[in-house]
Amino acid sequence: MRFDFALVASRLPEIFHALGVTLMVWIASLIAAAILGFLVAVGRRFGARWLNYSLSAYVELFRGTPFLIQLFLLYFGGPYVGLSLDAIPAGIVGLSIYGAAYFSEIFRAGFEAVPRGHVEAGECVGLNRSQIVRRILLPEMTMLVLPASVNMSIILLKETAVMSVITVPELTLTISAIGTEFYAFVESLFLLALFYWGLVEICGWLGRFGESRLSRFRFAQS
Amino acid sequence: MTFTLFGLLIQAALYTVVISGISIVVGFVIGLGVSAARLSSHSGIAIPARVFVSFFRGVPLLVQLLLIYNLLPVLGINVPSVVAAVVGLSLCTAAYQAENLRGGFASVPRGLLEAADMAGITPFQQLVRIRAPIAFRLTLPSLINEAILILKASSLVSVVGVVELTRMAQDLDTSLYKPLQLYAAAGLLYFVINRVIAAAGKYAERRMAWGRA
Repeated sequence: MRFDFALVASRLPEIFHALGVTLMVWIASLIAAAILGFLVAVGRRFGARWLNYSLSAYVELFRGTPFLIQLFLLYFGGPYVGLSLDAIPAGIVGLSIYGAAYFSEIFRAGFEAVPRGHVEAGECVGLNRSQIVRRILLPEMTMLVLPASVNMSIILLKETAVMSVITVPELTLTISAIGTEFYAFVESLFLLALFYWGLVEICGWLGRFGESRLSRFRFAQS
Repeated sequence: MTFTLFGLLIQAALYTVVISGISIVVGFVIGLGVSAARLSSHSGIAIPARVFVSFFRGVPLLVQLLLIYNLLPVLGINVPSVVAAVVGLSLCTAAYQAENLRGGFASVPRGLLEAADMAGITPFQQLVRIRAPIAFRLTLPSLINEAILILKASSLVSVVGVVELTRMAQDLDTSLYKPLQLYAAAGLLYFVINRVIAAAGKYAERRMAWGRA
């Protein structure tokens, strides 16, 4: 087996640009998915019944079908209903909608897990509504949803590789194209795997660091 | 969408189910071995198992599939792409299932094993009669979850040229230009299969609930 990383190394600027694209589409989708997911969770908790039903149908459908199919529907089917997106925007929109379905479930569990007694205790000591939200609900929920959110972020990072199929010029597409060009598939794919592995390990490490920093908000589960 | 077209998609969906089913079963067996290796006290066994789990959970499945698909011929193993696909899916799910099983084995109540020691049950019998059945019951929900994830992930196998549900929809789309109908139908089929798996899982969980034989 021929291992020639020098060939791949000669294309480093291109690879770093692709790394930038991967990080960009990931972070954009992550932020949009978290915000959208939060809104869906709020809508399901406080909205009217029809809103709750339609939102839960959305969540179930997008959690029950592969991301690749959703992406194909958006990218190839979109133009037929007047929604023509380029590859990168289509990738970001697709991943955001997909991720939001999962994030909404994380937030929903978070809302449900804050004990009622804590809110009541806040009312007893005379905190007003916004103080209760800011001082009790959000900090406690952050602690509860953080591990699942970090996990979801990592899943979304790995899902960005799927965007290569609709020609988003991210890491997977770029590095495998270099591999094809040099006829060095295995080397380039190993390099690619190492990139993702490194990114995922860094994410996991940052997540654990964040959890330990925020652990002062942890409360005893009753 | 004509009836014959939908028939083609259903056939492809069955192929998807077969590929996913084999991968889940093979992945479970590998996962058992890996979780046992991770619990080993020999670091020469435990550390490679940890690296295996970390690698296959840390790299996108698409990249794993491409890597295995291209690596096997280089190693002199020439197999059809569907075999490479099943190997990739199995290794990936094995890493996740190993973690689930490790959690299951760790959650077996210690008191049961102490009681078994008192009753003179040998360690091997304890494993077969007590630890394994309880760990399996405890990991069943995550096993079902994993089956649903793998069914969805199997759509990526289309990229290495296996004509399962996603690839069938793609191939039909290249000749018919009906992406909306085809991908919506494919998505619906994935959704229905997932619902069936989830319902079967719920049924199995009820059947295996605590306190029943």
